[in-house]
Amino acid sequence: MSPELINLIVQATFESLYMVGIAALLGTVFGLPLGVFLATSRKGELFAAPIVNRVLGIVVNATRSTPFIILVVAIIPFTRLVAGTSIGSTAAIVPLTIASTPFIARLVEAAIREVDGGLIETASSFGASPLQIVFKVLIPEALPGLLLALTLAVVSLLGYSAMVGAVGGGGLGDLGIRYGYQRFMPEMMLAVVVVLIALVQIVQSAGDYLARRVNRRLRHR
Amino acid sequence: MKAISMNARQSLAIGRPIETLEAISPAPAEPDAMVRFAGISKTYPAYRGKPGVNALQDIDFAIPRGSITGVIGRSGAGKSSLVRLINGLEKPTTGRVIVDGRDISALAGRELRLAQRSIGMIFQHFNLLSSRTAADNIALPLEIAGWTKADIKARVAELLALVGIADKHDRYPSELSGGQKQRVGIARALATRPSVLLSDEATSALDPQTTRAILDLLANINRELGVTIVLITHEMSVVRQLAKEVVVLDAGRVVESGDVSDIFTHPKHPITQSFLAEVIGDSLPVSLASRIVSTQPAGGQAVIRIQVRGAGAGDTVVARLARELALDVSLLSARIDEIGGQHVGSLTLGIPVGEDAVTRTLAWLSRYQFSAERLGYVA
Repeated sequence: MSPELINLIVQATFESLYMVGIAALLGTVFGLPLGVFLATSRKGELFAAPIVNRVLGIVVNATRSTPFIILVVAIIPFTRLVAGTSIGSTAAIVPLTIASTPFIARLVEAAIREVDGGLIETASSFGASPLQIVFKVLIPEALPGLLLALTLAVVSLLGYSAMVGAVGGGGLGDLGIRYGYQRFMPEMMLAVVVVLIALVQIVQSAGDYLARRVNRRLRHR
Repeated sequence: MKAISMNARQSLAIGRPIETLEAISPAPAEPDAMVRFAGISKTYPAYRGKPGVNALQDIDFAIPRGSITGVIGRSGAGKSSLVRLINGLEKPTTGRVIVDGRDISALAGRELRLAQRSIGMIFQHFNLLSSRTAADNIALPLEIAGWTKADIKARVAELLALVGIADKHDRYPSELSGGQKQRVGIARALATRPSVLLSDEATSALDPQTTRAILDLLANINRELGVTIVLITHEMSVVRQLAKEVVVLDAGRVVESGDVSDIFTHPKHPITQSFLAEVIGDSLPVSLASRIVSTQPAGGQAVIRIQVRGAGAGDTVVARLARELALDVSLLSARIDEIGGQHVGSLTLGIPVGEDAVTRTLAWLSRYQFSAERLGYVA
């Protein structure tokens, strides 16, 4: 493989990492509070607001049930408004963030709901405010689950990022389609797939390791 | 088990509270009662097809300051609702709950949270944070109350020593035994120096030996720190070992309340009697019960059971009966226990049949005010 092609792969890898990294970060910034709220706002819960909970749930489900490639195209005007352009890696971050936020929110909700309700009662019994309960009890206790959720989100985002090639988003998926498929360069396709597999492995292993590190529920010394 | 080092005194120098409820709403003094329930009822409304439940009705009683008061009842009797009214986790449907002179049922928001810092609670399943070490679990209420790091560190060390697990400072709950976890729970509940400690079935998940150690620790805390303890339990043995006062709950109502020795030496309500039976047992040994017949055989003995109630009541009855009536009294079965310093139990005697011995025995027993009954005869 020529140095030019290797250079292309390296560049595409950095584009993918850039898109996925920023989208995962923003998805967490929006998805974590949304997920915590979804997990604590049903009737009788910490921030009880059943109607808001229901409405947000519907919005989250609607976003999640829209196929990603359609979402990318459908929100082009919004993307242009936010990013100033609808083409390129930076523009691709907008649909990636919008797709990952509800996904992360649902995963966060599930992880938070795993926390024993007795702990909320306990913290309330010694006068903790709802926000103190979130930051001192719910999030620390759900941390292993939250880290695994984030890992899953990053892996999914790597897959999504391949699709934004369709709107000129760049990255590994784009490279694979344009060189590997359209120019019929099977070695390019193979290289792209190998890099993606390696990235997923690294992300998953790192996530598993961190989740194990913070999990104190199991006996270990 | 390590001796409880009570020289880990509650040094008042550590951790002056940042803000107190007294500062924002002074409590009217109530000298005798730490907790007073006044006209309490609690109804859970119907929800999603489940009918409403009257969990508590007509609750009126006081928990004396500095006492250890047991609240005993079967599951579903309303114990958990009752204890959650004390620390404001639940609101009564009607009536008021006065804790340390303050109507906690009328407080909300920040005022309620400040009041809750003077009420500690321990739980059946300990409810420790798995992500925090023993020390950090104990620190949690102090962090919430806004103590400084240095004050928290000193207070946590003092509390770990108080509950006898100073060496478990850095252990996570998953590395602790049930008894150690409950000690962490007790230390955490005492962290903010509450005046009341609520125990919600705190020993129900522990083995008998550990239960005894934890109850001893609670007794020590009551004695040394003067903390009023409210014990919610379905186990008679817990009330018997620790409580001086008892409240018997059944179907959301208080059926009996008062001094433990009074209530259990003269139980009136069937529920109280059944709790008592758990401790002293009211069944005869199988080998004896199977031999009892209702018709009088030739020779043989009449089986008479005597109820023993009160201090020293059963001490000499067999000897006196044998001597005064000149009878060969045989002791078939006996079970006597002590509740609040009073003897409670029963003696089952065999009285030789003939020469009006049985009639004379029953007359003698009733003269000395023993409650006795004839169960039948054995050959």
